[in-house]
Amino acid sequence: MLRIKNVESGYGRLKVLKKVTMHIRAGEIVTIIGANGAGKTSLLKTVSGLIPARSGEILFDMKEIGKLPPEKIVFLGCSLVPEGRQLFAPMTVKENILLGAYPQYRKKRGDQVGDDLERIYGLFPRLRERERQLAGTLSGGEQQMLAIARALMARPKLIMMDEPSMGLAPLVIKDIFSIVTRLRREGNTVLLVEQNAKAALGIADRGYVLETGKIIMEGTAEELLSNREVQRAYLGRDLDAEGTM
Amino acid sequence: MAGITYGTIYAIVAIGFNIIYNATGIINFAQGEFVMLGGMTAVTLNQFIPLPLAILAAVVITTIVGAFIEIVFIRWLHKPSVLRMVIITIGISILIRETALHIWGESVKALPYFTGSSGSSINLGGVYISSQILWVVGIGALVVAALGAFFNLTMLGRQMRACAANRDAARLCGIDAGNMVTLSFMVSAAIGALGGCIICPITYVQYDSGTPLAIKGFTVAILGGLGNSTAAVGAGMILGILESFSIMVLPTAYKEAISIAILLAILFVKPSGIFGSAEAARLKEF
Repeated sequence: MLRIKNVESGYGRLKVLKKVTMHIRAGEIVTIIGANGAGKTSLLKTVSGLIPARSGEILFDMKEIGKLPPEKIVFLGCSLVPEGRQLFAPMTVKENILLGAYPQYRKKRGDQVGDDLERIYGLFPRLRERERQLAGTLSGGEQQMLAIARALMARPKLIMMDEPSMGLAPLVIKDIFSIVTRLRREGNTVLLVEQNAKAALGIADRGYVLETGKIIMEGTAEELLSNREVQRAYLGRDLDAEGTM
Repeated sequence: MAGITYGTIYAIVAIGFNIIYNATGIINFAQGEFVMLGGMTAVTLNQFIPLPLAILAAVVITTIVGAFIEIVFIRWLHKPSVLRMVIITIGISILIRETALHIWGESVKALPYFTGSSGSSINLGGVYISSQILWVVGIGALVVAALGAFFNLTMLGRQMRACAANRDAARLCGIDAGNMVTLSFMVSAAIGALGGCIICPITYVQYDSGTPLAIKGFTVAILGGLGNSTAAVGAGMILGILESFSIMVLPTAYKEAISIAILLAILFVKPSGIFGSAEAARLKEF
């Protein structure tokens, strides 16, 4: 579904991504884990078109999208739930959701939007309750749900999520992750970027480890979870301390 | 009544400022020129075609000019600084003014009153007022209501608000942010031109009559809080009424100074405007 080959990008003179190569098959949950500043967000921004790829190729559904602007990429079916939600804060919850459906209207599928809205409200009943509230007044968890809902309204083939658990309470994180698995059960493909490596690998099929702009490791979620290096660096297990016990 | 009439037109200019400010974060100092252009074009066309058609055509032509300006001068700039945009829009305003001088000369022009004549008046509960004032206030109110409906109820209006609220997020929803900016110039050119048409029977129009209006409109936009169009209506009324009362206590020549004095006072004391929140002002770029 998505194939990234030797992609490099960055901001100004700063090169953040260095020859990143990865792929995602339809129906998978793939996670990218890594520390702060490893380039996870830059990678998603590059795929979604917010920052242009300098070299390499990004193929989505066999189409080259590396040079396309974000508004075109969304139309192809690749949606991003950006870091920090990025809601339209002064607009109502319902308006936010409907704006997410803009590609549907443009594709002359506006008649489906009503059904999609019902489906989204089924997935997130809280959003229905708060339909008329301004997005900026929601709690963090509700905002994250709204950001996901907005992206889903475009009926993406691939949904990319950037740190959906950021700043949320553990219980709310659990909710969000259960929604991600539910999305996959319903046939969606998910690319999940997380600092919370343990939770992310817990629901993912495969994972990549990104460090200072390079993919340093890849494998199935089980492989990564049991890898000593990953455990030490990203899962917070102190192996030396355990060894002395 | 004169206060409310002028207040309406100031509010219309201020709303023009706000629409572009909301979409782009810049102040379009050529806003007053849209008003002048609307009035001038309507006067010229009215020699050949009936008044309603002339006004419609003037609005359409000014809208096209607005789109043209955005596409030629603004669109290709990537993240320009605020200062650069201020200088560019002031440059555009001078350009339009000088072009207007070449086309129409220095003569003062006016449209006829929409109904009745400048001498006739309507008895409104014992108060005699000119019919044109009713047109100004009525059309002004219609413009505000129509804009409210456009921004809140239509998909296109929502897209413009989404771009204003969060440009990157809007692009991620598939909205072409560049086109929304062009559209914001078109909408504010259109309402500026309409404003120019409805007041020019009362105030007359000349090639350079846009600039003072831009200053008044800017004062009103700041007074109400930049970006807040509902507040702009209130602020427009305040400025209009203050100006007309000032004639009673001060020499007429000071009338023009009132708005500048208010502008300075607001900028010194409460830059977020009387209706604005300090928090919102902090988030703004300047």
